[in-house]
Amino acid sequence: MPELSRRRALTAAAALATMAGVQPAVAPTVSATEHGRHTPASFDEVYKGRRIQGRPVSGGAHQHHGGGYAVSVDGVELHVMRNADGSWISVVSHYDPVPTPRAAARAAVDELQGAALLPFPAN
Amino acid sequence: MTVRKNQAALTADEKRRFVAAVVELKRSGRYDTFVTTHNAFIVGDTDDGERTGHRSPSFLPWHRRFLLDFERALQEVDSSVALPYWDWSTDRSIRSSLWAPDFLGGTGRSRDGRVMDGPFAASASNWSINVRVDGRTFLRRSLGTAVRELPTRAEVESVLAMPTYDTAPWNSASDGFRNHLEGWRGVNLHNRVHVWVGGHMATGMSPNDPVFWLHHAYVDKLWAQWQRLHPGSGYVPVAGTPNVVDLNDTMKPWNDVRPADLLDHTAHYTFDAA
Repeated sequence: MPELSRRRALTAAAALATMAGVQPAVAPTVSATEHGRHTPASFDEVYKGRRIQGRPVSGGAHQHHGGGYAVSVDGVELHVMRNADGSWISVVSHYDPVPTPRAAARAAVDELQGAALLPFPAN
Repeated sequence: MTVRKNQAALTADEKRRFVAAVVELKRSGRYDTFVTTHNAFIVGDTDDGERTGHRSPSFLPWHRRFLLDFERALQEVDSSVALPYWDWSTDRSIRSSLWAPDFLGGTGRSRDGRVMDGPFAASASNWSINVRVDGRTFLRRSLGTAVRELPTRAEVESVLAMPTYDTAPWNSASDGFRNHLEGWRGVNLHNRVHVWVGGHMATGMSPNDPVFWLHHAYVDKLWAQWQRLHPGSGYVPVAGTPNVVDLNDTMKPWNDVRPADLLDHTAHYTFDAA
């Protein structure tokens, strides 16, 4: 059981490090198909009183699981992910795909109901 | 031998013991390790990369093992407890006994989604949300708000009728039973239930809501039903698939269990009814 817990902790730590923008020891690889896909444009708007921003990111310290796109709410990163069909989800709306990263950011603002997003890992 | 029962058929004493065991795991800190593990896989599993817990063939055996771990933890607190399942195609209403104050409590209030009754309400002070992405520490739900209807029995049957377990590309774009049950494609069963419950259940930290276990115990039961309907259909892929757990590959985070070891649930538990 201690060994199991340790593995779990390491797995979680790697995921959290990625979310925080800290590169884990082994970078996730990006497939050729991912490179070839259309990347959504940047956005920056105030939605329901919150500033939401999105931008493509590439390589280095900012290579995301989501395939090279970063979203933030009031400057705090929101973990987003792109599905194979081009739809998007975020960690606070994970089972409900929406068409664009901007829609995922707006869905997150709706879900948060004014609460501040915590920088991961903050809890 | 553990018998997993329909939540609707539990006695008052069975509900009380289940709730007490869950609350004790929370108090000891063990419960939150399950939430952390689930979220780590949710954010790590991707359609183009390594995928284990979700959006992949191993969605079903991974959750079967995850639930077994949780059930064993409950049984270390109270050996009489088994995981109940929630047949959301039958108990489709917010007036179901599942949501009564003597079991899981009801929906959240409209202002902030806060669950106000039952043993997991913030006011009961034994259910603080610790693994979270924002400052809110109270359990939230919004039953039937983001999507109006739970899946129907006919929709469940349409997915159970699919003869192929899974198909390339082995992700959220796949055809076949697994992805239709998971819900990324088609009528949408599992994913839709998460969205219907709302609140924490709609997030990567969905095990913060104890209904997570009852939902997944029913998804797991549907896998068993599918196996009986299609005895000639097995888990696929069987070998050599990059980023995907093949039949005889070990699964993270355990690293000592394969899908092949988890196909037969009767080694671990049975159900009250077919």
